[in-house]
Amino acid sequence: MKLADEFGSERVFNTPLSEQGIVGFAIGAAAEGMKPVAEIQFADYSYPAFDQLVNEAAKYRYREGSTGRSAGGLVVRMPCGGVGHGAMYHSQSPEALYSHIPGLRVVMPRSPSQAKGLLLSAILDANDPVIFMEPKILYRSAVEHVPAQSYTISLDGAEILKTGDSVTVVSYGHPLYTCSQAIAAIERDFKGVTIELIDLKSIYPWDRNTVLKSVQKTGRTVVVHEAMRNLGVGAEVAATIQDGAFLRLEAPVQRVTGWSTHVGLLYDKYNHPDVVRVYDAIKKTLDY
Amino acid sequence: MSFERPHERPAIPTYRIMDSEGVIVDPANKPDVPSEEIVRWYKTMLQVSIMDVIMFEAQRQGRISFYMVSAGEEGIAVGSASALIPEDVVFSQYREPGVFAYRGFTLKDFMSQLFANKYDTSKGRNPPVHYGSSRLNMHTISSTLATQIPHAAGAAYAVKMRGLQDPTLPKRVVACYFGEGAASEGDFHAALNIASTRHCPVIYICRNNGFAISTPTLEQYSGDGIASRGVGYGIDTIRVDGNDIFAVRQATLKAREMALEDGGKPILIEAMSYRVSHHSTSDDSFAYRAKVEVEQWKRRDNPITRLRKWLEGQGLWNDQMEQEERSKLRKEVLKEFSAAENEKQPPLVSMWTDMYEELTDEAKTQIKELRDIIERYPDEYDLSAFEGGIESLK
Repeated sequence: MKLADEFGSERVFNTPLSEQGIVGFAIGAAAEGMKPVAEIQFADYSYPAFDQLVNEAAKYRYREGSTGRSAGGLVVRMPCGGVGHGAMYHSQSPEALYSHIPGLRVVMPRSPSQAKGLLLSAILDANDPVIFMEPKILYRSAVEHVPAQSYTISLDGAEILKTGDSVTVVSYGHPLYTCSQAIAAIERDFKGVTIELIDLKSIYPWDRNTVLKSVQKTGRTVVVHEAMRNLGVGAEVAATIQDGAFLRLEAPVQRVTGWSTHVGLLYDKYNHPDVVRVYDAIKKTLDY
Repeated sequence: MSFERPHERPAIPTYRIMDSEGVIVDPANKPDVPSEEIVRWYKTMLQVSIMDVIMFEAQRQGRISFYMVSAGEEGIAVGSASALIPEDVVFSQYREPGVFAYRGFTLKDFMSQLFANKYDTSKGRNPPVHYGSSRLNMHTISSTLATQIPHAAGAAYAVKMRGLQDPTLPKRVVACYFGEGAASEGDFHAALNIASTRHCPVIYICRNNGFAISTPTLEQYSGDGIASRGVGYGIDTIRVDGNDIFAVRQATLKAREMALEDGGKPILIEAMSYRVSHHSTSDDSFAYRAKVEVEQWKRRDNPITRLRKWLEGQGLWNDQMEQEERSKLRKEVLKEFSAAENEKQPPLVSMWTDMYEELTDEAKTQIKELRDIIERYPDEYDLSAFEGGIESLK
């Protein structure tokens, strides 16, 4: 890409190695009306900037009020998720932490063409600070046609990737591929069963309506994500479903997630959701 | 082999123009500012100190929830503010109302924020003393210490880029204030380093007043104050006498000029003063320092009395003018005080607005939920002070 060569070292540059400095600097530039796209090398290292993200970026517009200032121009990109050998500090998916912060938008794309559209939307359209989490396992493995011209994909709304009537599977990012494989296997093994697959894409604020509408139809839900289970995104989805679709539920909401532990080097394969676990969860909810 | 030994190095000297008796130390350094302007500085400092006394008392009476005075540090604020142009962007910590007052924050602006009424720009979201103004290019204060220091670096970079894109704009800098305690935060380190490597036109002004709440500087750092650190980041640095408004102004003027040189660079000013007051209305400072020490400081040296002595020496001020000005300012403050106190509060829906650019579906649902609760338990909630009452929740 050679962005620095094309656009100059004033616009594309190195910073000192300091996450709180990177994000604090970008917030200041955004608050003066610029559109900084900051990068944190790994999501695992975004915590030194947690204070700047939570107390500053997220609250800037709110505390400025009628002065009209905000950090809305800010986008913070961070590679996230497992790669098989990332161990504790190159595997994390902290989207639930950032989804607990009003004022931040948390987005995770699943593919190259979606990544481009969502990122352009985060930079050009969304006048709110965006945490843009990129599943790094897809950096080189996902290949598809990506239009060369500029286009955007709205950060609002979930996307139904596949329609079905028997179970709703809700996920985002890399596990969507795992879900697709598990769904293909289920539909092959259980005749007449069709599964609906929803990509949240925006993890916060998120599209409750699309999920609830789907569950109203299917009555069964499996939520899949890499991050650990306790207070993960699946907890919010499950609670929303029991609140908004209680009378339609025919089975408890299943959560297939990372176990509530760290990502130790040797255990990656057994920690993150795989096709077997997703297959089994769908089977369990069908059998309930 | 030779180790650098910090304590064997001479301390960075403190720049001073006027001594504690209001006498210019070096006649070559005489202030070249019209005397009306200097009288304006004096009146601005006086206004802040009078507002401080009244509002401190108002907090004691429970009429506002919180207050912080800036006694002893008015000279740093007004002196530095006088060296900036109105287009310069300012980030402050919380003890710089003199900068706001000098740049044109009115008594109505101060009181609206302190009483969190419907004219408060933050719509009743911030605690008292967290001022902000877009008209005056002053970012709204947040309680989190030192977070504004990297913001100032980024804002200075933005200001510089804007200047490159549009050369007809006035050359601008960013001024950023913080205390010596805040300088212990990681954000101080991150900010000075990135401001230096990215060549940002920002003036960092540290108010070293001896205390971070109850922590004396002896327990804050063991180097030569904050100034000695600037050099380590490759930043041109000066230490000034913060009670000497002429020295603060002169150092800031020069810093501003230097910050715009060489394509932009940061400058650090450490202004030495003494926090005469309690840290805030929630603090009784005599629990950790002797009353006699504070009294001595008040008597011996103070930026307001120092400038007053100079003005009197020039025949620009006298006891009668002092009395008249004090009584005029007091009346003005009290007038805006009661006006602000009797204003309505912002609409209750302001609890949710401005969180995102637009209200989210989740927020809309929760607004409805709160309205429903209030409608079903009307005797439990008093919305009469809020502009529009329950009608703002729809």
